[in-house]
Amino acid sequence: MRVTLHVWRQPGPALAGVFVRYDMTDVSPDMSFLEMLDVLNQHLLARKDDPIAFDHDCREGICGACGMVINGRPHGPQRATTTCQLHMRSFPDGTELWIEPWRARAFPVIKDLVVDRGAFDRIIQAGGFITARTGSAPEANSLLVPKRDADLAMDAAACIGCGACVAACPNASAMLFVAAKVSHLGLLPQGQPERDTRVVGMVARMDAEGFGACSNHGECMTACPKEISIDFIAQLNRDYWTTRLAPKPRAKEFTGAA
Amino acid sequence: MELRSHVPGGPLEAKWERHRSEIKLVNPANKLKHHIIVVGSGLAGAAAAASLAELGYRVSCFCFQDSARRAHSIAAQGGINAAKNYQNDGDSVFRLFYDTIKGGDFRAREANVYRLAEVSASIIDQCTAQGVPFAREYGGLLANRSFGGVQVSRTFYARGQTGQQLLLGAYQALSRQIGSGTVQMNPRAEMLDLVVIDGRARGIIVRDLVTGAVSAHAGDAVVLATGGYSNVYYLSTNAKGCNVTAIWRAHKRGATFANPCFTQIHPTCIPQTGPHQSKLTLMSESLRNDGRIWVPKKKGDTRPPHQIPEEERDYFLERLYPSYGNLAPRDIASRRAKEVCDEGRGVGPGGGGHGVYLDFRDAIARLGRRAIVERYGNLFEMYQRITGEDPFQVPMRIYPAPHYTMGGLWVDYNLMTTIDGLYAIGEANFSDHGANRLGASALMQGLADGYFILPYTIGDYLAQAKPVKVDAEHPAFREVQKDVAERVRRLLAASGGKTVDAFHRELGRVMWDKCGMSRNGAGLKEAIGRIGALRDEFWNDVYVGGKGEELNQSLEHAGRVADFFEFAELMCHDALHREESCGCHFREEYQTPEGEAKRDDERFGYVAAWEFTGVGKEPLLHKEPLAFEAVHLAQRSYK
Repeated sequence: MRVTLHVWRQPGPALAGVFVRYDMTDVSPDMSFLEMLDVLNQHLLARKDDPIAFDHDCREGICGACGMVINGRPHGPQRATTTCQLHMRSFPDGTELWIEPWRARAFPVIKDLVVDRGAFDRIIQAGGFITARTGSAPEANSLLVPKRDADLAMDAAACIGCGACVAACPNASAMLFVAAKVSHLGLLPQGQPERDTRVVGMVARMDAEGFGACSNHGECMTACPKEISIDFIAQLNRDYWTTRLAPKPRAKEFTGAA
Repeated sequence: MELRSHVPGGPLEAKWERHRSEIKLVNPANKLKHHIIVVGSGLAGAAAAASLAELGYRVSCFCFQDSARRAHSIAAQGGINAAKNYQNDGDSVFRLFYDTIKGGDFRAREANVYRLAEVSASIIDQCTAQGVPFAREYGGLLANRSFGGVQVSRTFYARGQTGQQLLLGAYQALSRQIGSGTVQMNPRAEMLDLVVIDGRARGIIVRDLVTGAVSAHAGDAVVLATGGYSNVYYLSTNAKGCNVTAIWRAHKRGATFANPCFTQIHPTCIPQTGPHQSKLTLMSESLRNDGRIWVPKKKGDTRPPHQIPEEERDYFLERLYPSYGNLAPRDIASRRAKEVCDEGRGVGPGGGGHGVYLDFRDAIARLGRRAIVERYGNLFEMYQRITGEDPFQVPMRIYPAPHYTMGGLWVDYNLMTTIDGLYAIGEANFSDHGANRLGASALMQGLADGYFILPYTIGDYLAQAKPVKVDAEHPAFREVQKDVAERVRRLLAASGGKTVDAFHRELGRVMWDKCGMSRNGAGLKEAIGRIGALRDEFWNDVYVGGKGEELNQSLEHAGRVADFFEFAELMCHDALHREESCGCHFREEYQTPEGEAKRDDERFGYVAAWEFTGVGKEPLLHKEPLAFEAVHLAQRSYK
């Protein structure tokens, strides 16, 4: 196949970027999208040009490292498919592709198609966990979890943290990512003790990182390679506002000497 | 050098309990004074870093990925074993121990494997408490499934994403510690060397993959949780970034490397489509429950599968292993598939290819399409996405691919390598799987090491060794840092005509052909010669490009491939010296008349631990004899 690419090239975070055109004539329909870029990079290296930098690792659609905007769509045109699992047979011969990094203030570009998604890690650090010290866990079957809850929690937990939801959102909101974790843990009995502090902590961190607000476009769900539902955003809002508007009574802080 | 396994005395089932009661403890107030470096953030690394920080140690964790959540543990599909006996089907700690040691063809250390089985139940408790959404029964209890080659149902799972969910559990525990300031996390940071002072591991040299800055980090102990080395074959099911560098660097600084030739080739992977192929994708082993594996009887048969009549098909696993059939263990299924393809009966575009059919026609007829969708829907979809073929219409094509490496740094019972204060956990060590790993055991081992073993044993070392304070200004750090910088400079200075990727592919082809699924003496000798020659060519003729002080993925790859070149030779030496066939190590000269692996317990009932003597020089062999007290050595039979 022949393919014309326009790839965003940006040498560094503070430097200007530009689309550069590459014409490829040796693309096989059996190649994955990233293999096509590998081949291009081999050509670039052969003529001692700088290869295109892009994040990738497992190439099985699960690690969440890869991701680029292809013709305006995060992870490209195929439903429920990460960039690494997209194959060139999805495109017609002679196709023209515009390839860009995730664009969001909270995901600064490091180089070419590589962005810094550290903000996602910091949101998890702000409460996206259940406190369970190693060794302190009760017998696993002492806790019953209805199958429907476990299944729904798993739907939310399937998030791979790639950031496509942010890239797809006109407001660059991270609501789907945060909602997935809040729902995953909030649906399980183990997650109840920290349910309030978790949602408040994560949302505060999300705002501080510079992600935009959610205005219900639904683009995130369409772009999500794991098809995580925006119903979870509703769940997040419910948890958040319940906690903010009707906070549970708290014990007074103990300040006396022991 | 003497290999001392430090296995505690007493009966097998009391060893760990006794050891835990006897090891020295670090005073809670003193834990804060100890700084531990953990390299890698997969199941073993993240679990260890989080657990150590919970205990009160200061921890620094490093990973080369952009986030701790992306380590390759995430890609494990099937499940995790534990001897819970929830199914009331007769499972026990001893049975899990026995299955693991037999599955490993009696080349693992009894005491370690027993301990693994013992702590397996606590792992499930721990992960459940963290919120891992394991599959449940309607009554709310945990569900189990069966897995390759064992007769009890002991595998816990979270759909086809068990590795992902377990890793996210560990990642979240780690994140809690990062948030509270007890773990300092360093993503996009690659360990390039180990610093040893007075015989003790005291720190690492790291390259920041964004800025290219090379820095030194000092600590009281170093833990390597850096995974396996299947990418020495270039094409494998491992993530692209998986590499041998951290453990190879440690090996060059004095840690012996055990059983490097024990590499597992998984039978059910999607075959290669062309020279552009960058990696291989695993299809879950569970497909072999209902799929039938076959090739045409005739060589070079180019007819499409549905035109080949029943009597002209060879269901070779069912023919050779009537009682296990398509469920023969991984090593055997892989070897037989390669055999029929080498005979010219492989399938794929044009015929005579590298693939065999995995056919669901009979299962669809028997159970109906709906049942198959329920069982394997996501796998069928994945297959179709990658190959463009619908497995409901055309049989799947599969071929074996490198998947897991049982070999790794030699460790004692405490998971410490032959360098004091240097630990290796998870896939990076050699300890539990012998010559062949059973399905759903890798996740179990990674988490056992990280949550429940290392946090105890590392305290014992710190309490006894009382390491003196050393900081990164120590001349030893300066010196190693200089070595690292010089190596980077050399890689960038070579301005030949071949890319790193081209060299990696070439090395991979040699390793796959000569030190892959089956090996022979002549081939291995030839490989050693070719690897040496290729390595010289690499250093003279590679073109890396770019600068050291920037994000340079070609440079990252170059460093890893340079280490693979040195390591590959060791792998071949190990395979050459082991004149027997066991588990995944199949030496063509040593087989039974029926073509099965012929073990030689008399001569090779030991762990081969190699000492580094110089690049291109013959490594020095040390043996740790394996004594079996609780199990009786038997010939594996799956006929």
